[in-house]
Amino acid sequence: MVSVTFIEHSGKTHTVAADLGHTLMETAIKHDVPGIIAECGGACSCATCHVYVDEAWREATGAPNEMEEDMLDFAFDVRPGSRLSCQIRIADKLEGLVVRIPEHQN
Amino acid sequence: MTDETVRTDALIIGAGPVGLFAVFELGLLDIKSHLIDILDRPGGQCAELYPEKPIYDIPALPIVTGQELTDRLMDQIKPFGAGFTFNERVETIRKLEDGSFYVETDQGSAFEAKIIVVAAGGGSFTPKRPPLPGIEGYEGKSVFYAVRKMEEFRGRDIVIAGGGDSALDWTVNLAPIAKSLTLIHRRNDFRAAPDTVKKMRALVEAGQMNLVIGQISALNGADGVLSGVTVKGPVDGKDAVFDLPADRLLAFFGLTMKLGPVANWGLNLNENLIGVDTEKFETSEPGIFAIGDINTYPGKLKLILSGFHEAALMSQRALKIVYPGKKVAFQYTTSSSSLQKKLGVAPTPAE
Repeated sequence: MVSVTFIEHSGKTHTVAADLGHTLMETAIKHDVPGIIAECGGACSCATCHVYVDEAWREATGAPNEMEEDMLDFAFDVRPGSRLSCQIRIADKLEGLVVRIPEHQN
Repeated sequence: MTDETVRTDALIIGAGPVGLFAVFELGLLDIKSHLIDILDRPGGQCAELYPEKPIYDIPALPIVTGQELTDRLMDQIKPFGAGFTFNERVETIRKLEDGSFYVETDQGSAFEAKIIVVAAGGGSFTPKRPPLPGIEGYEGKSVFYAVRKMEEFRGRDIVIAGGGDSALDWTVNLAPIAKSLTLIHRRNDFRAAPDTVKKMRALVEAGQMNLVIGQISALNGADGVLSGVTVKGPVDGKDAVFDLPADRLLAFFGLTMKLGPVANWGLNLNENLIGVDTEKFETSEPGIFAIGDINTYPGKLKLILSGFHEAALMSQRALKIVYPGKKVAFQYTTSSSSLQKKLGVAPTPAE
């Protein structure tokens, strides 16, 4: 288990315990974090689990692969640090991870 | 669009895996089906969201992709000669005096059916709407998510947003008839057919269109008439905000599922799902059934295999409506000569 924090667009924070090996998207859904839709269920096919990884955590989460980068084209207000949360896998090195949720997913 | 009303026994709304398998189960009972889908091909979410992704929980298929599953179902239902209407969305359902149903689509196609099977999954795939303030007011006048008539765009200052096949195809097709055309994409890479990307780059090279790297952050104009868009993006390596003139915007950000007109059909809904019983999978309106992800009942699981089961039970009730009074003994495809005849396979040799 590691602790991760989601910050809603409104500023409301949700700090939850994430299971190792699960994705960040699954963690958000499990804990009813609003603003993560994940319409396709984690197949990297819909861009509705878009998050902004906090600057301090971008190295630890890594960069999106080509497929994810392509799918980010269907997200809105893509910024440096934009990731699809279904493609971030929870690992020990992500203890304390902070991500922000965009105002809209679709 | 068709001028004539299509008449069928069962009208299936949604050509995803569950809608397709319903053709099979209904077909074994001599019930003819016609399917309508908003997408341009069968498969529903399997084809649109995860054609290449493996599915592991289809009985007896340890691994199958969304597209393979669709192809196999199409193969399996071939003997029943179902009709298909693609690129259309059912808007209205009306009950006729004789108990059958009249159905109309957004394109004006008309259907008459003895029963309706709603197999609409998560609803209707609709274009994603960029979250730009006031965009609703421009839709259908200056802002579009598809090109129905190219003439709408002739002599216009067009901005196209997106980096996929739709964005690139229309960029290449509309550039010759536009007054000006600008393609806006957040990066200088495109997930589109390489040949189309090459054509687009050649048009830029020839000065026949502009390519802007950035994202639209606001729409400018009034009363549904667009005058331009505000773009955020790098200029000479620095973040900048600038305006581009435009009187037409085409936005291509993929599709999302919306419940859509299902909400207007007078069926009892429970959190955007259609309530059904678990014996017949009939809705609150006799003769209208709901199967697959769109329905709900105690213990419901949104699994393709559950939808297949629902299709089989629904068909038994459909039989009583389509062929009132007809007695049909339950039969197995392994041994029934009449079922095998319907399937067009050679009869099993007698033991």
